Amino acid sequence: MGIEQKLGNLGIATLKLEEAVNWARTNAMWPMLFGLACCAIEMMAAQASNYDMSRFGMELMRASPRQSDLMIVAGRVTRKMAPVLRRLYDQMPDPKWVIAMGDCASCGGVFNNYAIVQGVDEIVPVDVYVAGCPPRPEALIHGIITLHEKVRREMPLRQPVVKDRVREAVTS
Amino acid sequence: MTTQTEVTLNELKHLVSERALEGETVLLNMGPQHPSTHGVLRLLLELEGETVINCMPDIGFLHTGIEKNMEAKTYEKAEVMTDRMDYLNTVGNNLVYCLAIEKLAELDVPPRAQAIRVVLTELQRIASHLVWLGTHALDLAAMSTFLYCFREREMILDILEMCSGQRMMTTYIRPGGLWRDTPPEFEDAVRQFLRIFPARIAQYEALLTKNPIFLDRTRNIGVISAQDAIRWGMSGPSLRGSGVPFDLRKANPYSGYDQYEFDIPTATSGDIYGRYLVRMEEMRQSLRIIQQAMDRMPYGPVRSNNRKYVPPPRSELSTSMEAVIHHFKLWTEGFSLPKGAVYVPVESPRGELGCYLESDGSPKPHRVHFRTPSFVHLQVLPVLSRGHLVADLVGIIGSVDIVLGDADR
Amino acid sequence: MQSTMPGEITPTFDAQNETSLAGAQAEKPQRLTSLEIAHVLQPRFQGEWWPSPEAAEKPFRGEVVLLIPAEHIVSAAQALRDEFGFDYLSNLTASDYWPQLQPRFHVVYQFYSMSYNQRISLRVPLSDPDYELASIESIYPVANWHEREVFDMFGIRFNGHSDLRRILMPHDWVGHPLRKDYPLGYEEPQFTFNFDDIQVRKHKPGYEEA
Repeated sequence: MGIEQKLGNLGIATLKLEEAVNWARTNAMWPMLFGLACCAIEMMAAQASNYDMSRFGMELMRASPRQSDLMIVAGRVTRKMAPVLRRLYDQMPDPKWVIAMGDCASCGGVFNNYAIVQGVDEIVPVDVYVAGCPPRPEALIHGIITLHEKVRREMPLRQPVVKDRVREAVTS
Repeated sequence: MTTQTEVTLNELKHLVSERALEGETVLLNMGPQHPSTHGVLRLLLELEGETVINCMPDIGFLHTGIEKNMEAKTYEKAEVMTDRMDYLNTVGNNLVYCLAIEKLAELDVPPRAQAIRVVLTELQRIASHLVWLGTHALDLAAMSTFLYCFREREMILDILEMCSGQRMMTTYIRPGGLWRDTPPEFEDAVRQFLRIFPARIAQYEALLTKNPIFLDRTRNIGVISAQDAIRWGMSGPSLRGSGVPFDLRKANPYSGYDQYEFDIPTATSGDIYGRYLVRMEEMRQSLRIIQQAMDRMPYGPVRSNNRKYVPPPRSELSTSMEAVIHHFKLWTEGFSLPKGAVYVPVESPRGELGCYLESDGSPKPHRVHFRTPSFVHLQVLPVLSRGHLVADLVGIIGSVDIVLGDADR
Repeated sequence: MQSTMPGEITPTFDAQNETSLAGAQAEKPQRLTSLEIAHVLQPRFQGEWWPSPEAAEKPFRGEVVLLIPAEHIVSAAQALRDEFGFDYLSNLTASDYWPQLQPRFHVVYQFYSMSYNQRISLRVPLSDPDYELASIESIYPVANWHEREVFDMFGIRFNGHSDLRRILMPHDWVGHPLRKDYPLGYEEPQFTFNFDDIQVRKHKPGYEEA
């Protein structure tokens, strides 16, 4: 309809800017290497050739939080590790998402004791929880695809405008 | 429960040399999140340029309180937690715990169960060595080995899933034998694996063993002599890489290992390359053991008949009153072990994995302690890495084959 | 250390009971069994048989265990290493018997001899209020981290240790987790029947409306 009919064979397609932004964000979401325990081995297996994650553009696991979009918390988070986790999350630039992989990251899992944080959502906001102990690589990939669908539904341009309090304080 | 406090250099003064206090050497934090530390290991390095003067490991970032948690559960429920300690050797963890229970209770294990235990333990050993090889080579920049190793590992995980329903945390080995008999596809799958795997080992060796880059990065690095290794409590392939032919499967045979013929590979160099060669040859010896076990697999029950510890099959519940009583007791209170303590050491792919089990006659363990090889080997890291470069440190950590779940429990 | 050529591995014989790995001993004297060694040590260090006096003839499940008083542990460890050839410390851990306070802890040592393939175990009872013991780090360097772990988990101090600080818990943690009077610290599962009771006790003051 409309402009596409006129432009026809010129090789131009039109779509909403939000859809384009979301599509770009999902197609090459770089995970941060945050394998802690057993789930990390299944995450590595998901990256290996049988359950390839590079189909989704995610074979590149960046160790540096500054270069990654997605933090897959794979494994149990202890109380000693919790401040480190929060610091790494804070160091990631926006937009960022978190997948809690496995039972220990979702809710504390098998371990209900003094040493384990009962669910990583006590520390960072989680977008997708993947259940399993450890979840199969296919379950992790299902979780990643669910996250992609969630990102596709986001409306990045309609965010509320954050007041620039510093500028106001300085200029007023 | 904790507040963030800063640790100043004053508190660590006894660990670093005086040059650090004057600023001549650099203190670098190779933090808990790092691509080459194989888990959440924090190393405080004292560097002079690129050379490591001292390296202080800081562990505990994966301390799960498994031992205390097991004291709150009955024996059979606590076994689930043992899988999650050394997550690359899950079958071996179950095995050591069940051996400790069986030793303390003087419980018999039928020969078919022992043979299947051996097959699964050796398959798990191969799987663990494959992950070691993949990640070690990845750290030393050979990425294709990682993909090849995980391809083979999938075959082993399929076999484990076929038996128990779970790829990694199987809890298939239970006190008295196994959970249930292996399915009919088990034998074909294992024999198929035995057929293709020797060629795959040859593939890995073709990639690495005579590769000049690999040799440069691994020869004469991380050397430890046999006497030092024994003093520092090393065991397993790390000890055999220094020339000591000590293997718990030969010294202290369990689960029928004395019936099988296999060699103990050792290397004399004591460096990373020696340990690499030992583990490659160990994979071949494991194949030999699996071949013999599959050829001689006896028929029979897979779990002991002692109803005080092993639940009766469900078909008996409708006919026998005693079966109902045993079932009820085991499901509500759980079995109790006699008072006393045992220590059972087992050969895990990393070294000597020991379970110290103390019982006070109640259905819950009084004290379970796992002597884990990774915990002991991490102590040796400063000794191994003194004088080497930071890039060598990465290779050394990989060669000692540390699993942080094992070290921290 | 000389290095091996690529591809050369030295496959060796099986480590049988009589193999000596020190390499320097040409002939060995008649070797005592673990039980006989324990019979030699028991009067020398005022040890007792554990778990019961019958263990002097028939060790419990085949394991030779001696109960040694705390002041003799260093000399016993020295004797085991130098005189009897137990060169490998397998395991060092502790066990808590609270609410019984005399003794409250047993510190357990497992020794192994590489050359003779023998095991022997020592236990040291510690009573309230002094939970202190001499460190055997100078004899067996591997005991360094084991003793740190026992200190971290049980609060038993080791005198003469080079670096006694917490290892598994965060460095500023209060309390010693594996003691029996330390709570497990679990989070109560909130079912529907006790949901509101637990919600009040958590840090959130009641339900949050979605």
